[in-house]
Amino acid sequence: MLVLDRVGKTYPNGVRALDGLSLAVAPGEILVTIGGSGCGKSTMLRAISGLDTPTQGKVVLDGTVITAPHEKIGIVFQEPRLLPWLRVADNVGFGLEQYPKAQRRARVAGALDRVGLTEKARVWPRELSGGQAQRVAIARALVPRPQVLLLDEPFSALDAFTRADLQDHLLDLWADFKPTLVMVTHDVDEAIVLADRIMVMRPRPGRVYEEIACDLPRPRDRQSAAFDFVKRRVLAALDRSLDRAVVTDDGETRAAAGGGLWW
Amino acid sequence: MTAGVEQAELSQTAPKAGSARVLRPALGLLLPVALAVFWEIAVRMGLSNGRLVPPPSVIWNTFADLAATGELEQHAFATLWRVGWGFVFGVAAGTVFGAVAGYSALTYRLLDPTLQGLRAVPSIAWVPLFILWFGIFEASKIILIAVGVFFPVYLGVMGAVMSVDRKIVEVGRIFRLSGLAMVRRILLPAVLPAYVLSLRAGLGLGWMFVLAAEFLGASTGLGFLLIDGQQLGKPAQIVAAIVAFAILGKATDWLLVLVSSAFLRWEDRFART
Repeated sequence: MLVLDRVGKTYPNGVRALDGLSLAVAPGEILVTIGGSGCGKSTMLRAISGLDTPTQGKVVLDGTVITAPHEKIGIVFQEPRLLPWLRVADNVGFGLEQYPKAQRRARVAGALDRVGLTEKARVWPRELSGGQAQRVAIARALVPRPQVLLLDEPFSALDAFTRADLQDHLLDLWADFKPTLVMVTHDVDEAIVLADRIMVMRPRPGRVYEEIACDLPRPRDRQSAAFDFVKRRVLAALDRSLDRAVVTDDGETRAAAGGGLWW
Repeated sequence: MTAGVEQAELSQTAPKAGSARVLRPALGLLLPVALAVFWEIAVRMGLSNGRLVPPPSVIWNTFADLAATGELEQHAFATLWRVGWGFVFGVAAGTVFGAVAGYSALTYRLLDPTLQGLRAVPSIAWVPLFILWFGIFEASKIILIAVGVFFPVYLGVMGAVMSVDRKIVEVGRIFRLSGLAMVRRILLPAVLPAYVLSLRAGLGLGWMFVLAAEFLGASTGLGFLLIDGQQLGKPAQIVAAIVAFAILGKATDWLLVLVSSAFLRWEDRFART
């Protein structure tokens, strides 16, 4: 169980990026966070990952307070962040140094197979497309079998086709050993395709505005009426979180202009 | 129809591109070769006695004579030996100090002002002191060369370490790399391209400083050959020594590039050749 206990983050320049965020994420749950810019989504992920320490409150994973990067917590960033001097296979195996070579090789081969990039194992990162590079980054984060995987807008730099493809792929990988996923996105459709629970945040200071359960059966049809219904609820919550005028809040609101992407 | 035209154009341009690859570098040779030929003819025709500026044939003969007696080999080896050791020491010190200064703001503030101050000293100014301290033989020469090599390497390493991408370092942090593992697996490979550049700059300066060292009292070395040629009025020997410098300098730089390129194959360079 991943627990955030009144986590707050005030930067040295006085900006309160996060204010008293409390949250519990069950093992295997997929939590997707969405919200306008500056609402502390990335700050929250960085606090969970242990890359940054919160100025108030604490992050606890199964009774352990997280103050530094932890072996049970992996992260995929917005950019693939592959190490350009390592071939794809060595990038995937980067977190497996402590294992014997044969075991490492077997696990890397398995992970590359799962992301469909076996034939790219000996290739340099610069030779990959954006989508392929991000798949390698996901494989690298998943291969040590983390209990929690954090995803910071991982698909936002990709084109729509690749993005939808990788969303399905991510669910597929998740099903292998069902880690807890905590994901940040701007994309409402993406949130609804993936999430068990959608958390809408509001900015200045960053805090939870509304939580929306999302229990549509998987695989989720992006064209279905049920999907559309949840989407309207999320969009309405987003609108309200930013103090925009809306008609009602029971899901029968008019869709916000633009729809799909929320910037 | 159009395909046929394209075919014809292609078959015309293809050999052109091939010959251009040979011709383009040759273009750079045109001017020096023309000048050499002009001077050779001018001296042969008696337009100049060629005493102060010897014609190419005389230089070639001097070069061949020096090589035949083994003198050239001996002097070149002495110089190469000094540059080699000076380079090794300069690179070692420059790398360590550069890495330490680049590592944190504190070490930077501690070290950099002093080193930048020392850098501002014209390096030849050290020579009297080095001779007092280390004698007039090899030690003072090697140390002077090492000083010359040190600064470009120090600057290059410090700048490279300071500008390592925070995002890449975070990947190392996520996988909980300890200090030493972070250096070995993230920082070192990340600074390698800039490091190679600074080594090349250092080597270039090493070749300059060996000359300064050999001017100040040496009985061997290409620098000695230069001074000797001046004192005995043998311009051909001077030019021959200069040519030897050019060849050795270029060869060592090429060797450095060749060795390092094996480690830099991952680089996403603008132009691959």
